[in-house]
Amino acid sequence: MIDKIVPTPEAAVEGIRDGATVLVGGFGTAGMPFALLDALIAQGATDLTIVSNNAGNGDAGLAALIAARRVRKVICSFPRQHDSWHFDRQYRAGEIELEVVPQGNLAERIRAAGAGIGAFFTPTGYGTLLAEGKETRTIDGRDYVLEYPIRADVALIKARAGDRHGNLVYAKTARNFGPIMASAAALTIAQVSEVVPLGALDPECVVTPGIFVSRVVVAHEATPPSW
Amino acid sequence: MNKLDRDAMAARVARDIPDGAYVNLGIGLPTLVADHLPEGREIVLHTENGLLGMGPRPAAGHEDPELINAGKRPVTTLPGASFFHHADSFAMMRGGHLDICVLGAFEVSVGGDLANWHTGKPDAIPAVGGAMDLAIGAKRVFVLMEALTKEGRPKLVRECAYPLTGRACVSRVYTDLATFDLRPDGVVARDLVEGLDIDALRRLVDLDLRAG
Repeated sequence: MIDKIVPTPEAAVEGIRDGATVLVGGFGTAGMPFALLDALIAQGATDLTIVSNNAGNGDAGLAALIAARRVRKVICSFPRQHDSWHFDRQYRAGEIELEVVPQGNLAERIRAAGAGIGAFFTPTGYGTLLAEGKETRTIDGRDYVLEYPIRADVALIKARAGDRHGNLVYAKTARNFGPIMASAAALTIAQVSEVVPLGALDPECVVTPGIFVSRVVVAHEATPPSW
Repeated sequence: MNKLDRDAMAARVARDIPDGAYVNLGIGLPTLVADHLPEGREIVLHTENGLLGMGPRPAAGHEDPELINAGKRPVTTLPGASFFHHADSFAMMRGGHLDICVLGAFEVSVGGDLANWHTGKPDAIPAVGGAMDLAIGAKRVFVLMEALTKEGRPKLVRECAYPLTGRACVSRVYTDLATFDLRPDGVVARDLVEGLDIDALRRLVDLDLRAG
Protein backbone atom coordinates (compact mmCIF):
# COMPACT_ATOMS: atom_id res chain seq x y z
CA MET A 1 0.00 0.00 0.00
CA ILE A 2 1.17 3.48 -0.81
CA ASP A 3 0.76 6.01 1.95
CA LYS A 4 2.82 9.18 1.63
CA ILE A 5 0.96 11.00 4.38
CA VAL A 6 3.21 11.82 7.32
CA PRO A 7 1.83 12.99 10.68
CA THR A 8 3.72 16.24 11.26
CA PRO A 9 5.88 18.79 9.47
CA GLU A 10 8.75 17.63 11.69
CA ALA A 11 8.38 14.08 10.37
CA ALA A 12 8.07 15.47 6.84
CA VAL A 13 11.50 17.14 6.87
CA GLU A 14 13.33 14.21 8.45
CA GLY A 15 16.58 13.31 6.76
CA ILE A 16 17.37 16.67 5.11
CA ARG A 17 21.15 16.93 5.34
CA ASP A 18 23.62 19.74 5.81
CA GLY A 19 24.76 21.08 2.45
CA ALA A 20 21.57 20.01 0.66
CA THR A 21 20.15 21.87 -2.33
CA VAL A 22 16.54 22.70 -1.48
CA LEU A 23 13.88 23.99 -3.86
CA VAL A 24 11.42 26.21 -2.01
CA GLY A 25 8.08 26.93 -3.66
CA GLY A 26 6.34 30.27 -3.61
CA PHE A 27 6.19 33.63 -5.31
CA GLY A 28 6.48 36.05 -2.43
CA THR A 29 4.34 34.45 0.26
CA ALA A 30 1.88 32.79 -2.16
CA GLY A 31 2.79 29.11 -2.18
CA MET A 32 5.55 29.48 0.40
CA PRO A 33 5.52 26.33 2.59
CA PHE A 34 5.80 28.07 5.96
CA ALA A 35 5.14 25.00 8.13
CA LEU A 36 7.83 22.96 6.35
CA LEU A 37 10.34 25.81 6.63
CA ASP A 38 9.62 26.18 10.37
CA ALA A 39 10.16 22.45 10.74
CA LEU A 40 13.39 22.64 8.75
CA ILE A 41 14.68 25.39 11.04
CA ALA A 42 13.90 23.21 14.06
CA GLN A 43 15.46 20.18 12.35
CA GLY A 44 18.74 22.05 12.09
CA ALA A 45 20.10 21.34 8.59
CA THR A 46 22.54 24.05 7.58
CA ASP A 47 24.90 25.15 4.79
CA LEU A 48 21.93 24.88 2.44
CA THR A 49 21.65 26.04 -1.15
CA ILE A 50 18.15 27.44 -1.59
CA VAL A 51 16.46 27.72 -4.98
CA SER A 52 13.39 29.93 -4.88
CA ASN A 53 11.93 32.86 -6.77
CA ASN A 54 12.72 35.36 -4.01
CA ALA A 55 15.10 35.52 -1.06
CA GLY A 56 12.55 35.69 1.73
CA ASN A 57 9.84 38.13 2.74
CA GLY A 58 9.53 39.66 6.18
CA ASP A 59 10.59 37.49 9.10
CA ALA A 60 8.82 34.20 8.39
CA GLY A 61 9.33 31.19 6.13
CA LEU A 62 12.41 31.41 3.91
CA ALA A 63 13.34 34.73 5.55
CA ALA A 64 13.45 32.97 8.94
CA LEU A 65 15.65 30.19 7.52
CA ILE A 66 18.05 32.83 6.21
CA ALA A 67 17.90 34.76 9.51
CA ALA A 68 18.80 31.51 11.30
CA ARG A 69 21.96 31.43 9.14
CA ARG A 70 21.23 28.06 7.58
CA VAL A 71 21.64 29.24 4.00
CA ARG A 72 24.99 29.34 2.21
CA LYS A 73 23.71 30.29 -1.22
CA VAL A 74 20.50 31.52 -2.81
CA ILE A 75 19.65 30.88 -6.46
CA CYS A 76 16.70 33.09 -7.33
CA SER A 77 15.32 35.60 -9.82
CA PHE A 78 14.39 38.49 -7.54
CA PRO A 79 16.15 38.69 -4.16
CA ARG A 80 15.76 42.38 -3.52
CA GLN A 81 12.32 43.40 -2.28
CA HIS A 82 11.00 45.90 0.21
CA ASP A 83 10.88 43.19 2.88
CA SER A 84 13.97 41.05 2.13
CA TRP A 85 16.00 42.61 4.96
CA HIS A 86 17.48 39.35 6.30
CA PHE A 87 18.88 38.41 2.91
CA ASP A 88 19.97 41.97 2.15
CA ARG A 89 21.95 42.26 5.38
CA GLN A 90 23.81 38.98 4.88
CA TYR A 91 24.44 39.67 1.19
CA ARG A 92 25.92 43.10 1.88
CA ALA A 93 28.09 41.59 4.61
CA GLY A 94 29.36 38.98 2.15
CA GLU A 95 27.89 36.18 4.25
CA ILE A 96 25.58 34.66 1.65
CA GLU A 97 26.18 33.79 -1.98
CA LEU A 98 23.74 34.84 -4.71
CA GLU A 99 23.10 33.52 -8.21
CA VAL A 100 20.53 35.63 -10.05
CA VAL A 101 18.67 33.78 -12.81
CA PRO A 102 15.98 35.24 -15.06
CA GLN A 103 12.66 33.94 -13.81
CA GLY A 104 11.74 31.97 -16.92
CA ASN A 105 15.21 30.43 -17.10
CA LEU A 106 14.93 29.53 -13.43
CA ALA A 107 11.62 27.80 -14.10
CA GLU A 108 12.93 26.03 -17.21
CA ARG A 109 16.13 24.90 -15.47
CA ILE A 110 14.00 23.33 -12.75
CA ARG A 111 11.61 21.82 -15.30
CA ALA A 112 14.55 20.47 -17.32
CA ALA A 113 15.94 18.74 -14.24
CA GLY A 114 12.60 17.07 -13.61
CA ALA A 115 12.23 16.09 -17.25
CA GLY A 116 15.70 14.57 -17.65
CA ILE A 117 16.93 17.23 -20.07
CA GLY A 118 20.71 17.65 -20.14
CA ALA A 119 20.73 21.36 -21.00
CA PHE A 120 18.81 23.73 -23.24
CA PHE A 121 19.26 26.82 -25.39
CA THR A 122 17.15 29.80 -24.32
CA PRO A 123 16.86 33.26 -25.87
CA THR A 124 16.33 34.86 -22.46
CA GLY A 125 19.35 36.76 -21.22
CA TYR A 126 21.30 36.63 -24.47
CA GLY A 127 23.70 39.57 -24.70
CA THR A 128 23.28 40.53 -21.03
CA LEU A 129 25.41 40.35 -17.88
CA LEU A 130 23.56 37.21 -16.83
CA ALA A 131 24.80 35.32 -19.89
CA GLU A 132 28.45 36.33 -19.57
CA GLY A 133 30.78 33.40 -20.00
CA LYS A 134 28.01 31.09 -21.12
CA GLU A 135 27.97 29.10 -24.34
CA THR A 136 25.81 30.63 -27.06
CA ARG A 137 24.48 29.46 -30.39
CA THR A 138 22.57 30.98 -33.28
CA ILE A 139 19.73 28.72 -34.39
CA ASP A 140 17.56 29.68 -37.37
CA GLY A 141 18.81 33.25 -37.06
CA ARG A 142 17.99 33.66 -33.38
CA ASP A 143 20.59 33.89 -30.59
CA TYR A 144 20.44 31.55 -27.61
CA VAL A 145 22.30 30.90 -24.37
CA LEU A 146 23.01 27.41 -23.05
CA GLU A 147 21.54 26.79 -19.59
CA TYR A 148 21.83 23.73 -17.39
CA PRO A 149 19.20 22.06 -15.20
CA ILE A 150 18.92 22.71 -11.48
CA ARG A 151 18.59 19.36 -9.73
CA ALA A 152 17.89 19.31 -6.03
CA ASP A 153 18.04 16.99 -3.08
CA VAL A 154 14.77 18.27 -1.65
CA ALA A 155 11.72 20.25 -2.75
CA LEU A 156 9.47 21.94 -0.19
CA ILE A 157 6.18 22.97 -1.75
CA LYS A 158 2.66 23.93 -0.75
CA ALA A 159 -0.58 22.75 -2.32
CA ARG A 160 -4.25 23.08 -1.48
CA ALA A 161 -5.12 19.38 -1.29
CA GLY A 162 -3.42 16.04 -1.67
CA ASP A 163 -4.18 12.33 -1.30
CA ARG A 164 -2.14 9.43 0.05
CA HIS A 165 -0.59 8.80 -3.38
CA GLY A 166 0.74 12.35 -3.41
CA ASN A 167 -1.57 13.68 -6.11
CA LEU A 168 -1.86 17.44 -5.66
CA VAL A 169 -4.06 20.36 -6.60
CA TYR A 170 -3.05 23.93 -5.86
CA ALA A 171 -4.60 27.25 -4.88
CA LYS A 172 -4.75 29.96 -7.55
CA THR A 173 -1.44 31.75 -8.13
CA ALA A 174 0.09 29.88 -5.19
CA ARG A 175 0.67 27.08 -7.73
CA ASN A 176 3.63 28.98 -9.26
CA PHE A 177 6.76 26.79 -8.92
CA GLY A 178 5.11 23.86 -7.12
CA PRO A 179 4.52 21.46 -10.02
CA ILE A 180 7.97 21.87 -11.58
CA MET A 181 9.81 21.77 -8.26
CA ALA A 182 7.95 18.58 -7.36
CA SER A 183 9.51 16.89 -10.37
CA ALA A 184 13.07 18.13 -9.87
CA ALA A 185 14.05 16.84 -6.42
CA ALA A 186 15.05 13.45 -5.07
CA LEU A 187 12.77 14.06 -2.07
CA THR A 188 9.63 16.14 -2.64
CA ILE A 189 7.69 17.19 0.42
CA ALA A 190 4.29 18.83 0.01
CA GLN A 191 2.38 20.58 2.74
CA VAL A 192 -1.33 20.70 2.00
CA SER A 193 -4.27 22.45 3.58
CA GLU A 194 -6.32 19.28 3.32
CA VAL A 195 -5.77 15.56 2.78
CA VAL A 196 -8.57 13.99 0.78
CA PRO A 197 -9.41 10.29 0.31
CA LEU A 198 -7.89 8.48 -2.64
CA GLY A 199 -10.22 8.96 -5.60
CA ALA A 200 -11.63 12.26 -4.38
CA LEU A 201 -9.45 14.27 -6.75
CA ASP A 202 -10.81 14.17 -10.31
CA PRO A 203 -8.02 12.61 -12.42
CA GLU A 204 -8.75 15.24 -15.09
CA CYS A 205 -7.92 17.96 -12.58
CA VAL A 206 -4.86 16.56 -10.79
CA VAL A 207 -2.07 19.08 -11.35
CA THR A 208 0.88 17.19 -9.87
CA PRO A 209 0.64 13.42 -10.27
CA GLY A 210 1.71 11.55 -7.13
CA ILE A 211 4.75 9.97 -8.79
CA PHE A 212 6.57 13.29 -8.26
CA VAL A 213 5.74 13.52 -4.54
CA SER A 214 7.45 11.69 -1.67
CA ARG A 215 5.69 12.97 1.45
CA VAL A 216 2.46 14.83 2.16
CA VAL A 217 1.66 16.60 5.41
CA VAL A 218 -1.31 18.66 6.51
CA ALA A 219 -0.58 22.15 7.77
CA HIS A 220 -3.28 24.67 8.52
CA GLU A 221 -1.89 28.14 8.11
CA ALA A 222 -3.08 31.46 6.83
CA THR A 223 -0.88 32.83 4.05
CA PRO A 224 0.39 36.24 5.09
CA PRO A 225 -0.18 38.87 2.40
CA SER A 226 2.72 39.70 0.07
CA TRP A 227 1.66 43.33 -0.19
CA MET B 1 4.18 72.25 -24.07
CA ASN B 2 1.67 70.03 -22.28
CA LYS B 3 3.43 66.88 -21.11
CA LEU B 4 1.13 63.90 -20.66
CA ASP B 5 0.51 62.75 -17.12
CA ARG B 6 0.90 59.09 -16.19
CA ASP B 7 -2.73 58.24 -16.89
CA ALA B 8 -2.69 59.94 -20.27
CA MET B 9 0.50 58.05 -21.17
CA ALA B 10 -1.11 54.76 -20.17
CA ALA B 11 -4.25 55.64 -22.13
CA ARG B 12 -2.20 56.11 -25.31
CA VAL B 13 -0.82 52.60 -25.01
CA ALA B 14 -4.24 51.17 -24.18
CA ARG B 15 -5.72 52.74 -27.31
CA ASP B 16 -3.29 50.71 -29.47
CA ILE B 17 -4.08 47.31 -27.93
CA PRO B 18 -6.49 45.51 -30.27
CA ASP B 19 -9.50 43.39 -29.44
CA GLY B 20 -8.53 39.79 -28.72
CA ALA B 21 -4.95 40.53 -27.69
CA TYR B 22 -3.07 38.58 -25.02
CA VAL B 23 -1.03 41.15 -23.11
CA ASN B 24 1.44 41.31 -20.25
CA LEU B 25 1.75 44.60 -18.41
CA GLY B 26 5.04 45.03 -16.55
CA ILE B 27 5.39 46.29 -13.02
CA GLY B 28 5.15 50.05 -12.37
CA LEU B 29 3.79 52.52 -14.89
CA PRO B 30 2.63 49.81 -17.38
CA THR B 31 0.13 48.41 -14.84
CA LEU B 32 -1.84 51.66 -15.28
CA VAL B 33 -2.63 50.60 -18.86
CA ALA B 34 -5.19 48.12 -17.47
CA ASP B 35 -7.29 51.03 -16.18
CA HIS B 36 -7.57 52.55 -19.65
CA LEU B 37 -8.38 49.61 -21.94
CA PRO B 38 -11.11 50.79 -24.30
CA GLU B 39 -14.66 49.58 -23.70
CA GLY B 40 -15.87 46.84 -26.00
CA ARG B 41 -12.50 45.14 -26.55
CA GLU B 42 -11.86 41.73 -25.04
CA ILE B 43 -8.22 41.81 -23.93
CA VAL B 44 -6.71 39.00 -21.86
CA LEU B 45 -4.09 40.05 -19.34
CA HIS B 46 -1.27 37.66 -18.46
CA THR B 47 0.66 37.85 -15.22
CA GLU B 48 3.81 35.76 -15.23
CA ASN B 49 3.30 34.32 -11.77
CA GLY B 50 0.64 32.12 -13.32
CA LEU B 51 -2.65 33.67 -14.41
CA LEU B 52 -4.34 34.52 -17.71
CA GLY B 53 -7.53 36.56 -17.46
CA MET B 54 -6.41 38.80 -14.65
CA GLY B 55 -9.03 41.22 -13.37
CA PRO B 56 -8.78 44.43 -11.35
CA ARG B 57 -7.83 44.82 -7.74
CA PRO B 58 -10.52 43.37 -5.45
CA ALA B 59 -12.70 45.50 -3.18
CA ALA B 60 -11.23 46.19 0.23
CA GLY B 61 -11.66 43.17 2.47
CA HIS B 62 -11.77 40.73 -0.46
CA GLU B 63 -8.03 40.41 -1.05
CA ASP B 64 -6.68 36.86 -1.29
CA PRO B 65 -2.96 36.35 -0.48
CA GLU B 66 -2.95 33.43 -2.93
CA LEU B 67 -4.33 35.50 -5.82
CA ILE B 68 -1.70 38.08 -6.72
CA ASN B 69 0.01 39.61 -9.73
CA ALA B 70 3.70 39.75 -10.62
CA GLY B 71 4.04 42.86 -8.46
CA LYS B 72 2.69 40.74 -5.56
CA ARG B 73 -0.47 42.88 -5.34
CA PRO B 74 -3.95 41.39 -4.90
CA VAL B 75 -5.94 40.88 -8.12
CA THR B 76 -9.08 39.07 -9.27
CA THR B 77 -9.91 36.61 -12.03
CA LEU B 78 -12.28 37.32 -14.91
CA PRO B 79 -14.56 34.70 -16.53
CA GLY B 80 -12.38 32.50 -18.74
CA ALA B 81 -9.33 32.87 -16.52
CA SER B 82 -6.81 30.06 -16.04
CA PHE B 83 -3.99 29.26 -13.61
CA PHE B 84 -0.75 27.54 -14.59
CA HIS B 85 2.72 26.86 -13.28
CA HIS B 86 5.83 28.92 -13.99
CA ALA B 87 7.25 26.77 -16.78
CA ASP B 88 3.98 27.06 -18.70
CA SER B 89 3.74 30.76 -17.93
CA PHE B 90 7.18 31.50 -19.33
CA ALA B 91 6.56 29.19 -22.29
CA MET B 92 3.72 31.56 -23.15
CA MET B 93 6.28 34.36 -23.35
CA ARG B 94 9.36 32.67 -24.72
CA GLY B 95 7.26 30.70 -27.18
CA GLY B 96 5.90 33.90 -28.72
CA HIS B 97 2.27 33.34 -27.72
CA LEU B 98 1.73 36.73 -26.10
CA ASP B 99 0.81 39.49 -28.53
CA ILE B 100 2.06 42.50 -26.61
CA CYS B 101 4.20 43.19 -23.61
CA VAL B 102 4.39 46.68 -22.11
CA LEU B 103 7.43 47.42 -19.96
CA GLY B 104 8.99 50.29 -18.07
CA ALA B 105 12.61 51.21 -18.74
CA PHE B 106 15.65 53.13 -17.55
CA GLU B 107 16.82 53.44 -21.15
CA VAL B 108 15.94 52.20 -24.62
CA SER B 109 18.32 52.46 -27.58
CA VAL B 110 17.24 53.46 -31.06
CA GLY B 111 18.13 49.89 -32.07
CA GLY B 112 15.56 48.54 -29.61
CA ASP B 113 17.94 47.48 -26.84
CA LEU B 114 16.23 47.61 -23.44
CA ALA B 115 17.75 48.42 -20.05
CA ASN B 116 15.33 48.12 -17.16
CA TRP B 117 16.63 45.65 -14.59
CA HIS B 118 19.84 46.93 -13.02
CA THR B 119 21.32 50.34 -12.36
CA GLY B 120 24.78 48.78 -12.43
CA LYS B 121 25.69 50.60 -9.23
CA PRO B 122 28.22 48.58 -7.22
CA ASP B 123 26.10 48.55 -4.05
CA ALA B 124 22.89 47.49 -5.84
CA ILE B 125 21.68 43.95 -5.19
CA PRO B 126 20.90 42.58 -8.66
CA ALA B 127 17.33 41.36 -9.14
CA VAL B 128 15.98 40.50 -12.57
CA GLY B 129 12.67 38.70 -12.00
CA GLY B 130 10.91 38.15 -15.31
CA ALA B 131 12.34 41.26 -17.00
CA MET B 132 14.65 39.44 -19.40
CA ASP B 133 11.98 36.90 -20.29
CA LEU B 134 9.42 39.64 -20.93
CA ALA B 135 11.90 41.62 -23.04
CA ILE B 136 12.14 38.83 -25.60
CA GLY B 137 8.84 37.17 -24.85
CA ALA B 138 6.11 38.77 -26.89
CA LYS B 139 5.38 39.33 -30.56
CA ARG B 140 5.69 43.07 -29.87
CA VAL B 141 7.41 44.75 -26.92
CA PHE B 142 6.35 48.29 -26.09
CA VAL B 143 8.05 50.52 -23.55
CA LEU B 144 6.15 53.11 -21.54
CA MET B 145 8.38 55.67 -19.85
CA GLU B 146 9.01 59.36 -19.37
CA ALA B 147 11.04 60.76 -22.28
CA LEU B 148 13.55 62.45 -20.00
CA THR B 149 15.04 61.69 -16.60
CA LYS B 150 14.35 64.04 -13.71
CA GLU B 151 17.65 65.72 -14.63
CA GLY B 152 16.42 66.23 -18.20
CA ARG B 153 18.59 63.55 -19.79
CA PRO B 154 16.93 61.60 -22.65
CA LYS B 155 16.04 57.98 -21.92
CA LEU B 156 15.78 57.06 -25.61
CA VAL B 157 19.46 56.92 -26.54
CA ARG B 158 21.87 55.80 -29.26
CA GLU B 159 23.45 53.16 -27.00
CA CYS B 160 22.29 52.14 -23.52
CA ALA B 161 24.69 52.92 -20.67
CA TYR B 162 22.84 50.75 -18.15
CA PRO B 163 23.24 46.94 -18.24
CA LEU B 164 20.96 45.47 -20.89
CA THR B 165 17.83 43.45 -20.26
CA GLY B 166 17.52 42.38 -23.89
CA ARG B 167 18.91 43.26 -27.31
CA ALA B 168 16.91 44.67 -30.22
CA CYS B 169 13.63 43.73 -28.58
CA VAL B 170 11.64 47.00 -28.29
CA SER B 171 9.61 48.17 -31.27
CA ARG B 172 7.80 51.20 -29.86
CA VAL B 173 8.29 53.66 -27.01
CA TYR B 174 5.39 55.63 -25.53
CA THR B 175 6.40 58.72 -23.57
CA ASP B 176 4.98 61.87 -22.05
CA LEU B 177 6.22 63.89 -25.07
CA ALA B 178 5.57 61.65 -28.08
CA THR B 179 5.40 58.07 -29.32
CA PHE B 180 8.52 56.70 -31.01
CA ASP B 181 8.50 53.84 -33.49
CA LEU B 182 11.91 52.18 -33.66
CA ARG B 183 12.32 51.07 -37.24
CA PRO B 184 15.30 49.53 -39.01
CA ASP B 185 15.66 52.74 -41.03
CA GLY B 186 15.43 55.09 -38.06
CA VAL B 187 13.16 56.51 -35.39
CA VAL B 188 9.76 57.92 -36.29
CA ALA B 189 8.15 60.30 -33.80
CA ARG B 190 4.39 60.78 -33.78
CA ASP B 191 1.61 61.96 -31.50
CA LEU B 192 3.73 64.86 -30.27
CA VAL B 193 2.06 66.62 -27.36
CA GLU B 194 0.40 69.97 -27.84
CA GLY B 195 2.91 72.79 -28.08
CA LEU B 196 5.83 70.57 -29.15
CA ASP B 197 7.14 70.45 -32.71
CA ILE B 198 9.53 67.94 -34.26
CA ASP B 199 12.52 70.30 -34.17
CA ALA B 200 12.06 71.03 -30.48
CA LEU B 201 11.64 67.29 -29.82
CA ARG B 202 14.85 66.54 -31.76
CA ARG B 203 16.70 68.99 -29.53
CA LEU B 204 15.19 67.59 -26.33
CA VAL B 205 16.05 63.97 -27.07
CA ASP B 206 19.18 64.73 -29.09
CA LEU B 207 18.27 62.26 -31.84
CA ASP B 208 17.71 62.37 -35.56
CA LEU B 209 13.95 61.83 -35.82
CA ARG B 210 11.47 61.67 -38.65
CA ALA B 211 7.96 62.97 -38.14
CA GLY B 212 5.38 60.21 -38.51
